[in-house]
Amino acid sequence: MVWVAIVVTAAGCYAVKLLGLSVPAAVLERPLVRRLAALVPIAALAALIALQTFADGRTLVVDARAAGLAAAAVALLLRAPFLVIVAVAVVVTAAVRALTG
Amino acid sequence: MLSLFVFTGASQFALVGALGGGGNPLAAAAGALLLGVRNAFYGLRLSQLLGLPVAVRPLAAQWVIDETSAVALAQPDRRLARLGFTVTGVSLYAGWNVTTFLGALGASALGDPAAWGLDAAGPAVFLALLLPMLRARSSSTPAATPPADPPAAPAAAPPAAPAAASPAASPGPAGDKARTHAAPPATSAGRAPLVRAIFRREEAAVAALAVVLALACVPFVPAGVPVLVAVLAAPAMLAVSRLLARRSPGGGR
Repeated sequence: MVWVAIVVTAAGCYAVKLLGLSVPAAVLERPLVRRLAALVPIAALAALIALQTFADGRTLVVDARAAGLAAAAVALLLRAPFLVIVAVAVVVTAAVRALTG
Repeated sequence: MLSLFVFTGASQFALVGALGGGGNPLAAAAGALLLGVRNAFYGLRLSQLLGLPVAVRPLAAQWVIDETSAVALAQPDRRLARLGFTVTGVSLYAGWNVTTFLGALGASALGDPAAWGLDAAGPAVFLALLLPMLRARSSSTPAATPPADPPAAPAAAPPAAPAAASPAASPGPAGDKARTHAAPPATSAGRAPLVRAIFRREEAAVAALAVVLALACVPFVPAGVPVLVAVLAAPAMLAVSRLLARRSPGGGR
C-alpha cells in the first residue's frame, strides 16, 4: 500500500506538470482558477504544519514538537537560512524532549 | 526513488510525513498531489515562454518546479530562458537526488527519528515554505502596501533543494509569485479599503481556516484525511471574498 501511494504521487505530480505545459492557455488563465491554485497549497501546507505538530494518532497533544516549531518560527522571522531554520527546530525539539523526559 | 520520480520537494515531504505518521496511503498521496498543482501553472507560463517542441515536452515537464520557473521567467529572451531552465533543471535534479540518497543512507544509521527531534523537521520545512507564500501577495502590491509591510526576503524563499542552492535561484518563488499576481491587485485598486484589506490577507485567512479545520477533525477521521478537509478552506475563502467584493460599493466585476 505504501508503494501504491508513492507510485500514485509520482505519476500524479508528473501528470500535473505535463498538463501545465500542454493544456490550452485559456483554461488555466481564468483568474478564479489561478487564485485557487495559489490558495490550495497554502491551505494544505498550513494544515500539514498543524497536524504534524499537534496530532498524535487521533488525539491532539502539545509536546516538544510545538517548542521546536515555535523556535523555527522565530528563526524564520529573523530571516535565518533555510537549513538553519530546520536545524533550530530539530535541536530545540530534541532538547525539550530530553529535559522533560 | 521517490525523489527521482516525484521531484517536487513539498509533495515529497508531505507524502513522507503522512506515511510516517501512519496515515492512509491514498489520502497521503492526495495531499501530496494538491501541493504539486502549482507546477501546472508554472508549466502554463513556461510553455508560452520556452516555445518547446511537442517531442521535448514530456522530458521538460519533470523539471517544472519553483526554481526552474523562477530562473527561466526572469530571463529577457527565449534563448536565455531555455538555457536558464535547462541549467537549473539539471543542477537541481542532480543535487537534490544525490543528497536525498545520502540522507537515506544516513537515516538507517540514526535509528528512531523521534529520539533526535527530527519529527519537528517536517513542520519547520513546511513553515519555511508557507511564510513566503503568505508574504508574496503583499509584496506584489507595492503601491497599495504601507511601508511597514516588508517584501518577502530572498533568504526566506523556499529552496526545495537546499544543497543545490545556486545563486541564480535566489529570486525564488516569491519573485515569481509577484509576477504571477501582478494583475489582480491592479483590478482591486478601485475597491473599498475594507475589501482590499481582506484580499491582501486572504492567504493568511485561508491558512488559519485550514489549521482550524484540520485540527478540529483529527479525532473523528483517519489520519491523512484532515489535510483533505482543510484544503476546502481555499475554495471556501475564495467564495466568501468574492461575495464581499460583490456587495461592497463599486466592487462588482
